[in-house]
Amino acid sequence: MAVIIKKGTRGGIRINENKKSAESPISIMNVVPRVIIPLQQHAGAECEPVVKKGDYVKEGDLIGKSPVDFSANIHSSISGSVSAILKIINPVTSTIISAVEVSAPENTKGNIKKTSISTGDALKAIASIDKFNAPDMLEFIKQAGVVGLGGAAFPAHLKLSPPPGKKIDTLIINGCECEPYITADHRLMLEYAAEIICGAYITARILKVDNIIIAIENNKQDAISNIESVISSIRLNEKIKIVSLPSRYPMGAEKVLIYNLLRRKVPVGALPFDVGTVVSNVGTSRAIFDAVIEKKPLIERVITVTGDIEKPANLMVKTGTLVGDIIGDIAGIICEDKNISYELVFGGPMTGFSINNLDFPVTKSVNCILIKKVKKLHENNCIRCGRCISVCPMNLMPLMYATYVKNNRFEDCRQYFIESCIECGSCAYVCPAAIPLIGYIKTGKSVLSRK
Amino acid sequence: MNDIETKIIRSGEIIISHPPHIWKNFSTPKIMYIVFAVILLPSAAGIYYFGLHSLYIMLASTITAVLVEFIIRKLRKKNAFPDGSAAITGLLLALTLPPRIPVWMAIAGSAFAIAIAKEAFGGLGYNIFNPALAGRAFLAICFPLRMTEWYQPGNFSIDAITSATPLAENYVYEGTRAALYKDMFFGNIAGSIGETSALAIIIGGTILIILKLIDWRIPLIYIATVAAGSFLFGKDIIFQVLAGGLMLGAFFMATDYVTSPMTPSGRCIFAAGAGIITIIIRNFGAMPEGVCFSILIMNAFTPLIDKYLRLKPFGFSKVPAVKAAKKNIKKDTN
Repeated sequence: MAVIIKKGTRGGIRINENKKSAESPISIMNVVPRVIIPLQQHAGAECEPVVKKGDYVKEGDLIGKSPVDFSANIHSSISGSVSAILKIINPVTSTIISAVEVSAPENTKGNIKKTSISTGDALKAIASIDKFNAPDMLEFIKQAGVVGLGGAAFPAHLKLSPPPGKKIDTLIINGCECEPYITADHRLMLEYAAEIICGAYITARILKVDNIIIAIENNKQDAISNIESVISSIRLNEKIKIVSLPSRYPMGAEKVLIYNLLRRKVPVGALPFDVGTVVSNVGTSRAIFDAVIEKKPLIERVITVTGDIEKPANLMVKTGTLVGDIIGDIAGIICEDKNISYELVFGGPMTGFSINNLDFPVTKSVNCILIKKVKKLHENNCIRCGRCISVCPMNLMPLMYATYVKNNRFEDCRQYFIESCIECGSCAYVCPAAIPLIGYIKTGKSVLSRK
Repeated sequence: MNDIETKIIRSGEIIISHPPHIWKNFSTPKIMYIVFAVILLPSAAGIYYFGLHSLYIMLASTITAVLVEFIIRKLRKKNAFPDGSAAITGLLLALTLPPRIPVWMAIAGSAFAIAIAKEAFGGLGYNIFNPALAGRAFLAICFPLRMTEWYQPGNFSIDAITSATPLAENYVYEGTRAALYKDMFFGNIAGSIGETSALAIIIGGTILIILKLIDWRIPLIYIATVAAGSFLFGKDIIFQVLAGGLMLGAFFMATDYVTSPMTPSGRCIFAAGAGIITIIIRNFGAMPEGVCFSILIMNAFTPLIDKYLRLKPFGFSKVPAVKAAKKNIKKDTN
């Protein structure tokens, strides 16, 4: 089976990759004494708690039930007793949500690293997938609380049930990982390729799609060859194609990826459904495999801990683990030098949001914790050089948003299609005047959405 | 304090800020100083052909520009650290001046360019007209005689004989057509300090295009329009392209970020418009040369071009997406 090499025409800034942790295998994080599990870790409604203080929960037990369809179940990630139901701030939406605190008894054993399934197991899994019917598998995924692990945390069962009348013909498994620093998906593709491929196969079966494309950027040649060899060993060559894309940012953004692979334009305000595609992350595929074959809920994920630290690493982390515990586990970096200020970022350096507190729990959507020394930049006058326009993958004019938001003319941002912005950060990255364009765009969007 | 600093809220040693958390290390001063270094090429050609006096003009003009900007920014309580844009303005202005102009005139023009054409509008990024060209227009209107005094290159004596610019009707060249083109290409011809050597300007402009500091569309379309227009009017195309300030204007003036449109299509229209106005002035105007005013006039059009040539987002269609989706469903049910 040959890897198809495509030239991406859309999306085009080269960023210093800084993938420092690409060589370090996924390690299992030490057992933590307590976790705080937010009841909203996804796009959609907050879950209702089904446990109360003092209850004993086992690993994988349901603790938050989704009240409506647009939501995803929450499970306990460790065994222990519920010590409190708290109110915390959701760092993504900045709203107040409930969270369940689970404390483990002291004599908890360490976790054992689970290795990837063997070829034989994978073949068995494929055979069993063929026996399942689609609604059952969808129900497993829904019960397991699987969400998109690429960043947006869109509930997977909704993504896999397209509205009636929409014909889906292509499934894209997104292994681009175009953001600098992050290597979580890269390591997954190296260490859990069989699960990812089986997960992709399940997804395709649910969607009744024959055309599966795994898209990987060409800076991850080892991942491409690993996936390729696993696919041929479990004899899915006919069904799954691998496409190698140039390493440009933002190659992994859904609309950009669909265009580069299939030359289909997702209309403004529409979803990938509308052009007959579904895009799913490699991490999501693995979670779907766990949910359907192993009947295991989504309670752990791979997180890259990186930045200006000595030993960047990839960790398998239970959801709800506090950032402070993770960073302490990696290396004590924290602020020895009083003159250096650090920035703590959930997510990659281009789109991640910074947090100000080590007590935030990681959720299903966090793929990276970045610890960076802060570089101060002064915002200067816009010189209208047009660099933001030329790099924008959505063909927008970002400098206009800065002008209008500064002058409180939010309605005028609509004329320049502010809603189409995917907030990839390319414009602010190249801006020679160091204008925080994404800050202005986020402000403009939130003011407009409140009106 | 500065905007971004107020947005970074200090909380202990951990700082909060907007994404992205990394930047391309390519700031405005860096761009400006690279452009300035490239403009030194035609400047050197000017000194070579017109002698030390042109060096004094350049120095006076550049230093005045930087000083005036520094003082005005201090008075306006803005960041006064020179970002290189004033130096470019001063040097570009000197390049458009005749080689024997008194130094005080260059100083006056440079001060006007920075104080009135740039800082009075709000400083870098807010000026409507290219400051260097505005300074030149100011001098051309105030001192029309001294501003049209041209000299043959290579003759550095005080009592050098004045000459006409090649574009003037009374210009006589003693030699073959090919020799004329050769002289015009290398710069051995009467004209402003920096505009005579097409070779130096093309090398500089090509460097800027390769470094992606200027858009190739503007010089290419500007020069192509002038060539096409000269053909229509039955003029000598090569002569028209090489003569006057066209090369300098096309590569270094019309490509100014602040005063030219931002979108690719807008830039094409801007360049074509400047070319057409140049042709009109050269053929019907009172002056022999029209590059300066053609670019200034198109500068005035820039806000309009930017307003009406908005980009459409990726995947934009005139039918709103929801309706388009509904249509698809209808087709499917049929």
